[in-house]
Amino acid sequence: MLCVLTLISVIAAGALAYVNKMTAGPIEENKARTLAEGINTVLGVSDAQVQETKEVEDANGNPVIIYATDKGVAVQAIDPNGFGGKLSVLVGFADEGSIKGYTVLEHAETPGLGAKAGDWFQKGQKGDIIGKNPGEKELTVSKDGGDVDAITASTITSRAFLRAVNVAFHAYAGASAQADAQSGASAQQHAKVAPEEVTVPEVSAEGQSQN
Amino acid sequence: MKYLSILWNGILKENPTFVLLLGMCPTLGTTSSAVNGMSMGLATMAVLIFSNFIISCIKSLIPDQVRIPSYIVVIASLVTALQMFMQAYTPEVYKTLGLFIPLIVVNCIILGRAEAFAAKHGPVESIFDGIGIGLGFTIALTLLGGIREILGTGKLFGTTLYSENYGMLLFVLAPGAFIALGYLIAIVKKTAKI
Repeated sequence: MLCVLTLISVIAAGALAYVNKMTAGPIEENKARTLAEGINTVLGVSDAQVQETKEVEDANGNPVIIYATDKGVAVQAIDPNGFGGKLSVLVGFADEGSIKGYTVLEHAETPGLGAKAGDWFQKGQKGDIIGKNPGEKELTVSKDGGDVDAITASTITSRAFLRAVNVAFHAYAGASAQADAQSGASAQQHAKVAPEEVTVPEVSAEGQSQN
Repeated sequence: MKYLSILWNGILKENPTFVLLLGMCPTLGTTSSAVNGMSMGLATMAVLIFSNFIISCIKSLIPDQVRIPSYIVVIASLVTALQMFMQAYTPEVYKTLGLFIPLIVVNCIILGRAEAFAAKHGPVESIFDGIGIGLGFTIALTLLGGIREILGTGKLFGTTLYSENYGMLLFVLAPGAFIALGYLIAIVKKTAKI
């Protein structure tokens, strides 16, 4: 009895190890390709080469990954408090800190509502954030006094999305200020954003309505 | 003829969704669009065919007391392998179904067919039962997903039929799944007389 179950388990484990070995390569390639496509999209180019990858933490301890490429900088940031959980975005920045483009990498938002975040904030759409500079004014939804239109009936998703974009910006600003300080170049240009200023605006528990 | 009747049995007479009412979690969870429902149905069918085949092959080797753990090991291994294959070769589908793929392990259709059919029949019949039940499940999920997609977003398989603004959002959300499923079951029972 025991022998049979053990035997079945051993054979199953062996088969899985084989499949794992077989698929590990393609899975890695897919991930790399998805990332490369994402970086190209948010920077608006077609052949950005990642030169340096840097991982930092935001104020809440969530990982922020900064991809410095030859065509610009893309930052991957997450906000854990979307309507359906973690929301992960990739944002491309122009030199002075304005948003060049974005893409939603991972989300678990409601289909038909929050899941629209991938299009809603693009150029020409209702919640257009392209070209805005979170360093001049923190991005918030109009309900919270900001100037970004939230997705209809999905305020929580919109807030989470904008928080993630703000986190990405601060990580970008911090990194570029650091780079400037190292190279001794004009620190003046980025002086308006302190490197430690990686903060996330708090959202009160009440007043979160998504209907 | 025998194989045909096994197939027909799975598609209509013992349709897992409309007649047996098994596997309700993925049925309600993944059918927000026709494509999602169909992919989930096909993924489940793939696991079902292989698990039925393997279990009917090794059924005489397994002592009665450990049959459930043995079935689960076989099914879980197949699902894990399927998950890796999907991640490697169909990353887009994997992204939309995500969490529901590993949950195929605990889909009672699969264990149910292992216990009720594969453990009592030969490998070839078991394969046909897997195809039949799998097709029944796929058809049901595609139908349900299609209805919810049309009513909820005005699209079918991603093609816009009418403006999204007139869609009933309710049907994209969980309550819509229950309502649509209820009506589908009623219609199937009435027309098929089962």
